[in-house]
Amino acid sequence: MALSCPLNRYLLLMAQEHLEFRLPEIKSLLSLFGGQFTTSQETYGKSPFWILSIPSEDIARNLMKRTVCAKSIFELWGHGRSPEELYRSLKNYPVEKMIPYLHSDSTYKIKIHTFNKTLTQEEKVKRIDALEFLPFEGKVNLKKPQHVFSILEDYGLNPNCIPENPHNIYFGRWIADGQRELIESYSVKKRHFIGNTSMDAGLSFIMANHGKVKENDIVFDPFVGTGGLLIASAHFGAYVYGTDIDYNTVHGVGKASRKNQKWRGPDENIRANLRQYGLEKYYLDVLVSDASKPCWRKGTYFDAVITDPPYGIREATRRTGSQKEIPKGIDKCPESHVPVSLSYHLSDMFFDLLNFAAETLVLGGRLVYWLPVYTPEYTEEMVPWHPCLQLISNCEQKLSSHTSRRLITMEKVKTFEDRDQYSHLLSDQILPYQGHNSFREKYFSGVTKRIAKEEKSSQE
Amino acid sequence: MKLLTHNLLSSHVRGVGPRGYPLRLQATEVRINPVEFNPDFVARMIPKVEWAALLEAADTLHLVEVPEGPTEGYERDEKFLRKMHHVLLEVDVLEGTLQCPESGRLFPISRGIPNMLLNDEETET
Repeated sequence: MALSCPLNRYLLLMAQEHLEFRLPEIKSLLSLFGGQFTTSQETYGKSPFWILSIPSEDIARNLMKRTVCAKSIFELWGHGRSPEELYRSLKNYPVEKMIPYLHSDSTYKIKIHTFNKTLTQEEKVKRIDALEFLPFEGKVNLKKPQHVFSILEDYGLNPNCIPENPHNIYFGRWIADGQRELIESYSVKKRHFIGNTSMDAGLSFIMANHGKVKENDIVFDPFVGTGGLLIASAHFGAYVYGTDIDYNTVHGVGKASRKNQKWRGPDENIRANLRQYGLEKYYLDVLVSDASKPCWRKGTYFDAVITDPPYGIREATRRTGSQKEIPKGIDKCPESHVPVSLSYHLSDMFFDLLNFAAETLVLGGRLVYWLPVYTPEYTEEMVPWHPCLQLISNCEQKLSSHTSRRLITMEKVKTFEDRDQYSHLLSDQILPYQGHNSFREKYFSGVTKRIAKEEKSSQE
Repeated sequence: MKLLTHNLLSSHVRGVGPRGYPLRLQATEVRINPVEFNPDFVARMIPKVEWAALLEAADTLHLVEVPEGPTEGYERDEKFLRKMHHVLLEVDVLEGTLQCPESGRLFPISRGIPNMLLNDEETET
């Protein structure tokens, strides 16, 4: 009597990088393609092996065309904590689902991957031979098989403690690989135009995925810098807008960020970056503009706002100011003829950003941005909120021992009304975040140095 | 600067509110930039377009064959979509100005990039 297995179970093999960012990426992508994240596993934690139920193979393939967090996906035929459990599980898998890939006209190959352990060739062959009971009728073709099957053995995550036997063994039909090669091909090292804080390619794709960017969307970055985040969205077929308060960066002039290079060349600007990757057709426009004073007409026309606002450490947080506000000795930006002040409280900036997103995003559109955090004082209540935006995910990336940044993803769930822009003034929440304003001061002050010193002396 | 962008921009000089739209366009250098035609994207943009503002800008630039408004079933009307594609995405204003219709304040466009920065006194609180 065969036990009924859950249908359409897939095994995702995840990359072991940006661990916290993986689940929101997969969830966002599944929802983008009409699936929903359902799984029999409670949590994944650090494991690279995720089992999930996906309604169709098409959705699984679409997922893999976008993800940079997942290496591969397999149609799961069986799994167990021992070879015997695996074989029992395989014998329970409906034969009619296997036959299309095993019939006599087809060619196939079986691979074996082991994680955290190396097997000898002899050991590998033994394991593959043990699967002889499966109704394979096709011919083995090691070079160009029609179907590839994989055995995956999980020996845990601790390289200093490798068990004799695997914790888990999986067997499945390989379906597709993810997009991790984009990380290399879009590497900032090869990009024509970079700035001091250009985003790592992997993270920029993760951001576009958290933002559910899709073809023919309009994506906007209000702190565009050199346009790195726009590149990821354009790669996924979105048309892109960017603004920045810094005239030189938007125009691509001034001092270069690369070591050994003094001035930016003529091919260094945002449009050229898109051109470098064959994405120029997605370039709409960039403008010199102050994100705190948006220049757009009333309406909803952005499908996503994806941005990395300045934290005030390596790039200044600025907004335009009046003559009286400018302390002596601050230069005016000669090109724009407008005095640019150097103080823009971080909390104001995030509330402006959320308000702007709430006003201009289409319903269902997403805001994805980085929030800098002084870790010893961080609490979840500090994450800015807005009545029109629902928090989807909050993923931490450590920057130093006492600072980190969090990738916040929000979705517009309510139409914006004028009174919504003032709701944060009525809330208590503004108080904890104001304390957060001193992120920049704490970063630069002796605090972090003092704490490091104290830790060092307590270790001695 | 593309005409699609011009259609979305508004003056934010203090006190003008919705009367800051549309910005009056004046161009001294215009380039036609071929862009790959994507009918789905153009069709998506049609409902977002403010036609009066578009027609005014197109007129300033002496463009011809500009549709007066969306036609019935425009999503499948390739001729219409191609014309709109050209007007919205292929006409690039390289040098010129955008003027706030209410306050007269000028925003320069140079190398195709508008500069929308204002002083604090000039902006909304």
